[in-house]
Amino acid sequence: MFTRRIAIAAGFAAGLAALPAAAQQPVEIQFWHGLAQPLGGQLEQIVADYNASQQRFRVVPSFRGGYPETMVAAIAAFRANTAPHIVQMFEVGTGTMMAAGRAVRPVHQVLADANITVNFADYLPAIAGYYQSTDGQQMSLPFNSSTAVMFWNKDHFRRAGLNPDEPPQTWEQVAAAAQRLKAAGIACPVTTSWPAWVQVEQMSALHNVPLATQGNGFGGLNAELAINNPLMVRHLNNLMTWQREGLFRYGGRDSAGDALFPNGECSITMASSGVRSRTIREARFEWGTAMLPYYADVAGAPRNSIIGGASFWVLNRGPQGGATGGRSADEWRGTAEFLAFLARPEVAARWHTETGFLPVTRTAFEQVRATGFYQQNPGADVPIEQLLRGGGQMTENTRGIRLGGYVEIRNIMQEEMEKAFQGQQTAQQALDAAVRRANVVLRNFERQNRN
Amino acid sequence: MIKRVIFKGQLLPLLLLAPQLAVTAVFFLWPAGQAIYQSLLQEDPFGLRREFVGTENFDAVLNDPLWLNALGNTAVFSVSVAALALGVALLLAVQADKAIRGANLYKTMLIWPYAVAPAVAAVLWLFLFHPSIGLIGRALNAAGVAWDYKLNGGQAMLLVIVASAWKQVSYNFIFFLAGLQSIPRSVLEAAAIDGARPFRRFWTVVFPLLSPTSFFLLVVNLVYAFFDTFGVIHALTGGGPGNATETLIYKVYVDGVQNLNLGASAAQSVILMVLVVGLTMVQFRFVERRVHY
Repeated sequence: MFTRRIAIAAGFAAGLAALPAAAQQPVEIQFWHGLAQPLGGQLEQIVADYNASQQRFRVVPSFRGGYPETMVAAIAAFRANTAPHIVQMFEVGTGTMMAAGRAVRPVHQVLADANITVNFADYLPAIAGYYQSTDGQQMSLPFNSSTAVMFWNKDHFRRAGLNPDEPPQTWEQVAAAAQRLKAAGIACPVTTSWPAWVQVEQMSALHNVPLATQGNGFGGLNAELAINNPLMVRHLNNLMTWQREGLFRYGGRDSAGDALFPNGECSITMASSGVRSRTIREARFEWGTAMLPYYADVAGAPRNSIIGGASFWVLNRGPQGGATGGRSADEWRGTAEFLAFLARPEVAARWHTETGFLPVTRTAFEQVRATGFYQQNPGADVPIEQLLRGGGQMTENTRGIRLGGYVEIRNIMQEEMEKAFQGQQTAQQALDAAVRRANVVLRNFERQNRN
Repeated sequence: MIKRVIFKGQLLPLLLLAPQLAVTAVFFLWPAGQAIYQSLLQEDPFGLRREFVGTENFDAVLNDPLWLNALGNTAVFSVSVAALALGVALLLAVQADKAIRGANLYKTMLIWPYAVAPAVAAVLWLFLFHPSIGLIGRALNAAGVAWDYKLNGGQAMLLVIVASAWKQVSYNFIFFLAGLQSIPRSVLEAAAIDGARPFRRFWTVVFPLLSPTSFFLLVVNLVYAFFDTFGVIHALTGGGPGNATETLIYKVYVDGVQNLNLGASAAQSVILMVLVVGLTMVQFRFVERRVHY
């Protein structure tokens, strides 16, 4: 009885599968992303443009909650053999995805199988490099990239008798400006968003100091976190001192501190370059964008900053996919063509000007520059210039971060920083504790991913 | 007289039990079994490589200072939420039970918060107590109180306790009110005639008669504080600052869903399951003895 029922079901399924071919239905490509409105709508508009540009494939975008939720949903779908073709994954998930083995089909392979070339040499090195394997192969397609920059409130600067057109460039100048701002009655001279990303990861890259051993994890799964170094201890110590003196305010984890600048509360903030669009919308004062500050006495500083944001990963259908990844040749072809569409300079240029994310390729940057966009929008090119600082020559400390379980490690850093800001521990203790806890995560990850 | 229903044969009773048993099996036994199995493994997030590690995950969890911290947080949090929610609800129920003008309006208003989803409730509290955008948060700071629950662990804990208890007061209120209304007038009148003042009447007559309700609510409130407050904590503090508001259930979520460390998360949920089963058994064995039905 059961065999007969299966036979009927199989026949029915075969009939269903035959039907689209007969009706020339487009092949569907599932595409999961983690961008809420308005960014999600802008991304889906690009997808709609692609769908309108040809008939053979239809990309189906689907919003799956924020980045972490999207990551979890995609992994669960893979385990259930229903993974989407393409998933947007934030940069902290990169280490986990790199180690995912046969769950992932590298983007360079998807493109090569379809005989499509994308010139990855045209991508900004800090962006493409973040998503490349150790031997330089492109593992995922960079798309929405940001970096951290500094915003300052010119009205506050005027009130404190500071030159509103001269943002502080070094931490010494930041501290001096903060003293003046505080004296002028401003309750929150300096704050930060993304404490771990900006104050630990970016600071390490800017000063060419390793965040982790093994070239920040690019060299292998046996990397260990190394943030309990003199520079980071000094920096966290400074932040703690400034906090006690009322010069610095801790704004909360992740993006929670974003709100403190556009609402006019804080004079200086360090946040994602994407905060620019929000500030344009909400700020009722004059402001500017500048590069992140650095310690002038550190030799070689400043180098390029590193990126944040997300890239697109191609997934096999499930654990039992085999050599075809459980998908038809048509599906792979459609996936490759859609990726190539996303990599076009005009798509990247449009995404950059509409959203405030970075132009990911040099061609896109030049295209936008030629339109005079940066003259009309002063400061919009600061993040790009900052990424190219140090002559575009990255060191192994400024290439990015490739650590497994990094979502957890970033939270560990934020937790230990919070305990330090509460006065429960010194800077050295906080960073030692973060290293100790993170290394447990790294060793677990290494063990889980050993073949 | 004991009334007994005796079925002929075994098929019908089994059939009648089947839906309940199926629900229990699918929604409790199966996932619980999965959790126990998973707790003995170390596995990569994608499920491609797994290794049997025996009780290693449990050893790691029980020796993790952060898990012990979460255990302490859970104890403080659950006891405070239950005590606050029960105390306030009882007070309100006693007041609403009196013959006052507009009693029905009060009752309706008091029941309302229960209809609010935990995450929405948390957002309401956030808009009240956020240090820079919250109404009360700003007022506190303006009045010279250094209110910042994002950096002060004690304040964060206070806030999640109050927000969680507020949501549960309505539920307790309904049950206490029903319990109060079922107390026979004659008993109270007799006590009054014997010269017992209101306060004494409450402690010696009303409260003992309410004890079955109170006991039931105590169990429900503790289970609520253990499991159902995830949304409030997630939306208000995310377990922070530091790990000041990370409860056991929140840590299960953080380790399993955010950190994708399935073995550790499964081990924690198994321990949590044992804890709650144990707690409920203790309550039924010792607390129930003092309950008058």
